Amino acid sequence: MSDGSAPASETAAPESATAALIDAARRSDLGIVLGTLLLVYLAATLLTFSSGLNSVVGLMRTLTFLGLVYALAALALNLQWGYAGLFNIGVAGFMALGVYTMGIVVRSPDPAFGPPGFGLPLPVGIVAGMLVAAVVGLLAALPALRLKADYLAIVTLGISEIIRLTLQSSTFDEFLRDTLGVGTGGGRGMGLPQNPTRELFLVDGQAGTPTALGEVVFGVFGESGLGIANTILLDWGYIAVLAAFVLGFYVLLERLGRSPFGRTLKAIREDQLVADSLGKDVDLIKIKVFVIGCALMGLAGILWFGSQGNVSPTPQFMPVLTFYVFIAVIIGGSGSNTGAVLGGIVFASVLFEGPRRVGSSLRDLIDAETPPSFADAVLTLDPTAFLAFATENIAPLQFVFLGLILVFIMHRRPDGILGDRVETAAAVDLSERPSGGETDE
Amino acid sequence: MGTTDSSIVDSARARPGLLLVAFLGGLLLVDLAAKLFGFSILPFGEAISVDRLGSNLWNGLVIGLVIGLAGIGLSMTYSILSFANFSHGDLLSTGAFTGWGVAFLVAGFGDVPIRTLLTVRDAGSATVGDIGAHILSTPVAILIGLLAAFAITALVALALDRAFYKPMRDRDGISILIASIGAALIVRYVLQFVYGSDRRGVTASIDASNLVFAPLGLSVDAHKVTIVVAALALMLVMHFMLQRTKLGTAMRAMADNKDLALITGIPTERVVTATWIIGGGLAGASGYLYVLLRGAIQFDFGWLLLLLIFAAVILGGIGSVYGAIAGGLVIGIVFTTSPIWIPSDFNQAAAFAVMITMLLLRPEGLFGGVSTA
Repeated sequence: MSDGSAPASETAAPESATAALIDAARRSDLGIVLGTLLLVYLAATLLTFSSGLNSVVGLMRTLTFLGLVYALAALALNLQWGYAGLFNIGVAGFMALGVYTMGIVVRSPDPAFGPPGFGLPLPVGIVAGMLVAAVVGLLAALPALRLKADYLAIVTLGISEIIRLTLQSSTFDEFLRDTLGVGTGGGRGMGLPQNPTRELFLVDGQAGTPTALGEVVFGVFGESGLGIANTILLDWGYIAVLAAFVLGFYVLLERLGRSPFGRTLKAIREDQLVADSLGKDVDLIKIKVFVIGCALMGLAGILWFGSQGNVSPTPQFMPVLTFYVFIAVIIGGSGSNTGAVLGGIVFASVLFEGPRRVGSSLRDLIDAETPPSFADAVLTLDPTAFLAFATENIAPLQFVFLGLILVFIMHRRPDGILGDRVETAAAVDLSERPSGGETDE
Repeated sequence: MGTTDSSIVDSARARPGLLLVAFLGGLLLVDLAAKLFGFSILPFGEAISVDRLGSNLWNGLVIGLVIGLAGIGLSMTYSILSFANFSHGDLLSTGAFTGWGVAFLVAGFGDVPIRTLLTVRDAGSATVGDIGAHILSTPVAILIGLLAAFAITALVALALDRAFYKPMRDRDGISILIASIGAALIVRYVLQFVYGSDRRGVTASIDASNLVFAPLGLSVDAHKVTIVVAALALMLVMHFMLQRTKLGTAMRAMADNKDLALITGIPTERVVTATWIIGGGLAGASGYLYVLLRGAIQFDFGWLLLLLIFAAVILGGIGSVYGAIAGGLVIGIVFTTSPIWIPSDFNQAAAFAVMITMLLLRPEGLFGGVSTA
């Protein structure tokens, strides 16, 4: 992958399209991300163009939103896992901490319904959310120092579940109400403060009263212009904010990665003992990176779930969310920030949202009654009926597909699309495992 | 005498955390004793009766045995293959669905359509009463179901190994762990696709479902007795296999030191196969028994149990089979007795907290299992 070989392979005509693509990616990171996004948009257009511009733009909105929020979470995880080799599978818990703290801090002390809050301004809430995530991360970093990678994995998963169960608990909600006068809403969750980007387009965020900017945007693109629903346009406004945050995360992590601190991180990832011998304070650096990563996860949680209007602990913050983020990082290649962004976009569109859309489109094409159950579908002995059942129940199949992709990547491309490392890093060298055993007979 | 005293003081100084945990544990026990007499020392919880404590402990024992049984397989794959298997929980679900499918087939054959029976009531509209599976009314069906759960899950585990893990044998533990997350997704959602996503009842309710031991004044649920007997029997078989057979010796040798096992001529790949058959089979059996305990089944129950199983295995010392059983019992009892002090929404969190404390204070676990990673 040296720079010298890239022009050579270019002149000798790249052997495969992917090789050419990777070459291009190495030259322009932004190019590959935008290129991928364009491909996703093209696919979205092909899937929905028959239903008009509104649904095309609507699908693009969903895909871009998911892609960006996954990119945010993946970037934060990449700092911990890709840079420092800290195998944190509690991402969902830290995101939940961020968004819940933000909600509690910002919610009105005397709301019409739902739990009361402190009624402080939104920026305070965002900072508080990041701080709480960081502090819990600090507490979690205690085991991070002493434990092997796979123990750390289980501990962080346990912490994330404890967080979710605590937020879910009505007893904890009552306890908070009694002591601090605020609440989590328990299993019912809580409503979240209004997205401030709405106020750019609508006076006080009220539908039907556009601001000057709103007039222009709704006039050109809205019902009277291109015919796109106002809610979709408002979402695009927020997507612009998200894109700015992704860029911010990216620049921050890139700078961090190239700083002496970042080089030490990578040294720890590759060989902790060597870094230690060279006089680096490995424990302190690990704590720092874990805390920064958790704060960023908190922020990612705020930007993601904070914009949804409502948040509840289950099923939003089940551990599977963590694995989604992991898959995004793995696809992109852990250790590469561009890869994390790309992984987020590819995961959200191709693996997460794509199959459901394709499935429901296919279902519409099949002219057959859906059998009520798998057994009935098999017993009809009719491939069409079975296909109808499969496309109707595309959700589980999508997860099967996701699992297959994950296993396939681990088998064939453990470095992901853009991984810039030789081996998967862990907090300690895991390659000591004695090899062999497969050739015994 | 002086030396003994000072060494105790020294060891206490060296491990203040352990001392603190011992102190807290003692405090909880004293408080528990006080609660039995009707007053509280600690500010949490209320007085409880001896009966209630007894039933809590009995339920904890039953859940603990199931978790311990499931933990054996997880611990074995950890020590012999050196990775934390995240698909283990879904092997429990596999065993539960396949095993109950077979149990239903035996119990309800002829009365209810086969497609309903084999899919554990996903297809068709039969009720649990129509099928009537219960240990007292259809003991043969329940037992055959248990055997089927063991056998089919063993095959599934072996197939997963051949397809996913075998090509990665020489890779690091984290890579295989990630692949096992993929395998977990595949198994769980194939189960959902085939058996549906509804939570549904499995066992029929019959009039006299308790076994009464009149001389002892005890009346216990027949299903719980079945679980205890089946789990203990499987654990005993496991114990004799490990201690008395050549295979067991080979397994222990491999868990201890793989290089040494290789050069002494142990056919390691054959041992790995046996590990998956036994570990997977026990996982399937414990999933089947867990459903017998709860009386209901859902496609992702094994996944939701996985963290508790990990907690048990870590508590006992990862890699140690006996540790997994002991850890399972501790986790089960923490799970059922923690509501004496804390709100019951936190009993699962309490089990995880015990696991995390253990990792912080004594990462090698109660039994100081084989260290692998």
